[in-house]
Amino acid sequence: MNKQELAAMVAEILGGLDAEPMVKASDYHPTAPQPEKQPTDYHDGDFVPDVTALDLRKLYLVDHPAEGEKFRKMKERTPARLGSGRAGARYKTLTMLRFRADHAAAQDAVFSQVSEDFAAKNGMAEVQTKCHDKDEYLTRPDHGRCFDEENQKKIRAAIPGTPRVQIVVGDGLSSAAIMANAMDCLESIREGLKIRGIDAGTPIFVRYCRVGAGDAIGDVTGCELVCMLVGERPGLVTDKSMSAYITYQPRTGVSESSRTVVSNIHAQGTPAVEAGAHIAGLIETILNKKVSGVGLHMEAGA
Amino acid sequence: MSERLRSVGLDVGTTSTQMILSELTIENRASSFAVPEMEIARREILYKSPVHFTPLLDESHMDGAALREIVEREYRQAGITRSSVDTGAIIITGETSRKENARTVLEALSDFAGEFVVAAAGPDLESVLAAKGAGAVDFSERSGKTVLHMDIGGGTSNLALIRSGKIVQTGCLNVGGRLIKLEQNGTVSYVSPVLKGLCGLKTGDLAGREQIEAVVQTLVQTLEMAAGLRESGPLLEQLTTAEAGQTWAPPPAGAVLSFSGGVADCIEREVPWLEYGDIGPVLGQAIRKSLLCRGEYMLGSETIRATVIGAGCHSAQLSGSTVFYQNVHFPMKNVPVANIEKLSDIHRELGRQEGMTVLAMPGLLSPTYRETVAMAEQIISQAQGPLLLCLEQDMAKALGQALAVRLPRDAPILCIDRVRVGEGSYLDIGAPVGHALPVVVKTLVLSQ
Repeated sequence: MNKQELAAMVAEILGGLDAEPMVKASDYHPTAPQPEKQPTDYHDGDFVPDVTALDLRKLYLVDHPAEGEKFRKMKERTPARLGSGRAGARYKTLTMLRFRADHAAAQDAVFSQVSEDFAAKNGMAEVQTKCHDKDEYLTRPDHGRCFDEENQKKIRAAIPGTPRVQIVVGDGLSSAAIMANAMDCLESIREGLKIRGIDAGTPIFVRYCRVGAGDAIGDVTGCELVCMLVGERPGLVTDKSMSAYITYQPRTGVSESSRTVVSNIHAQGTPAVEAGAHIAGLIETILNKKVSGVGLHMEAGA
Repeated sequence: MSERLRSVGLDVGTTSTQMILSELTIENRASSFAVPEMEIARREILYKSPVHFTPLLDESHMDGAALREIVEREYRQAGITRSSVDTGAIIITGETSRKENARTVLEALSDFAGEFVVAAAGPDLESVLAAKGAGAVDFSERSGKTVLHMDIGGGTSNLALIRSGKIVQTGCLNVGGRLIKLEQNGTVSYVSPVLKGLCGLKTGDLAGREQIEAVVQTLVQTLEMAAGLRESGPLLEQLTTAEAGQTWAPPPAGAVLSFSGGVADCIEREVPWLEYGDIGPVLGQAIRKSLLCRGEYMLGSETIRATVIGAGCHSAQLSGSTVFYQNVHFPMKNVPVANIEKLSDIHRELGRQEGMTVLAMPGLLSPTYRETVAMAEQIISQAQGPLLLCLEQDMAKALGQALAVRLPRDAPILCIDRVRVGEGSYLDIGAPVGHALPVVVKTLVLSQ
């Protein structure tokens, strides 16, 4: 290739560029920024440090603080992302990565499934609400509160007689919360009910479950009380938080104010076994007073 | 939801006896949608008694009957009776704890004062209560500063080193305002034996201010050494009290000095030197001029009443709000504590104790059900009789029911958490308040 040929080729390419922009706005997909050069601290097979392993309460990132120790001490009392410092007008890289990691975990907790063998492995029958998949579950809350004929039959078959107490485990908005806490909490509730002489009945697992599904189970079984362990909407603090909703006389149409709630059950909140022991006591109180929710609070004079 | 507890504090010190009545407000800090969390939200002082002289029969005996009369009179003044008092603490402090009948008087008084008014003694506890009662712990917590608190009483000075609101070291020195007593004209009427070799004066001598100042300088130098402001010498060791069983390690200079006790009232206020018939006024003035007041220093929000306010307002704490108990009676008083590091040590530790013992252990952070059961089984396999457990981690209710379900129905079990107890402590546990139990962690060090 001589000089003329090369010049001609360059002219042709440049001319082509001139004619049409190389990237159209509609085709543009931003990608994660690539590192300018390969980091030298890591070798093949090494792991990049896990940003989610850091305890945010102990992490204080402000440069040259006037009262760093005091701030750090105050930070230990809150999971809020305070004292993150900044790089120019932006977050520091670590803050950004951690935020995205926590956000991703929260999304995963909603979209992931409680494993298929979870119920069987823990000796529970599994039923499914009218939802057919996660998308329907998220977009049609009403379908997550009731069962079709077939599943109602399954409930009747799994639960003998008319139980006094019906424990329900439901995936809710966090499968991770149920996998992490439900069985420890349930065993502790059972033990607590046993020393109080209350039959804990036959627990059942509900897939694509909203809190109201407990009322539908009440309709089918005629039970006196439902205690539902259900995954909470995940936040950025934890994706593993579980709640217990206890409803006296659960029947479709009961008002939400008639539920007693114990929330924040997770390793950094109330430990699952300790919550279970507390819930067993609550169940006894509710059965004795024949009322749950706001009515129970009024009764206690709170 | 809030509950109120009436709490009395009684401090029987070397020189003075005082009483206060306070009201502790207990609230559930958790939302209605969570497991309850009871906390002492407010402490309000309703009544402060005048400062009485501690009645003595002779040099080695307190006058128990006269003390009881003081308490009776003050109860009437405060408008309370034994049955209307919910909790509180009586603490015997300073040289008074060395009297031969200290234990008998203390126990009789605590029974007389209320069903759950606890008896306490010990230099470490004194230091803690004085530092809390004087507001030094609160100041350190709010400011983030390191504070060295000195409660300078009649017979002893109680030291507490506080970092960011946490008491990290306590100590006790034989430095006080009444180590020497003087008559109106300056005649020496008493010299404490702890001044042996440090004071040329003896009973009957006529002392001038200069001679008193010379002795006081020795005492002030000891305080300076304890504060890390003067190089440590044998003096510090000589004046460290024997009961503490531990030596005081002077902190690096730079802590904020905080003072309470009767002598603190003579630091910023000039009092005629023979006003109180002791060396307190001279000691106070000498402290003012010493290295102790060169840097940042403060007088406690309470001075002479710091210890009694500590006893009345700060001795009781609350356990966690998910606890377990069955077949036990409250209050439980003066129960010794065995610290268990490994579960397999329970049998051996219990073998060392006679009668009821609280097993104190760290517990597990957010345990699984299996771990909880395994712990319960290991405890049952080693212990007989009443099971009294005190854990740091939040797991008492779960562990308690795991024990109960594996033992006969009439087995006495008590399981509390979120309480940390040190070696050699005693526990007093009161009847439930809301979901929690009031607990007093204390010492009972009375040297005979």
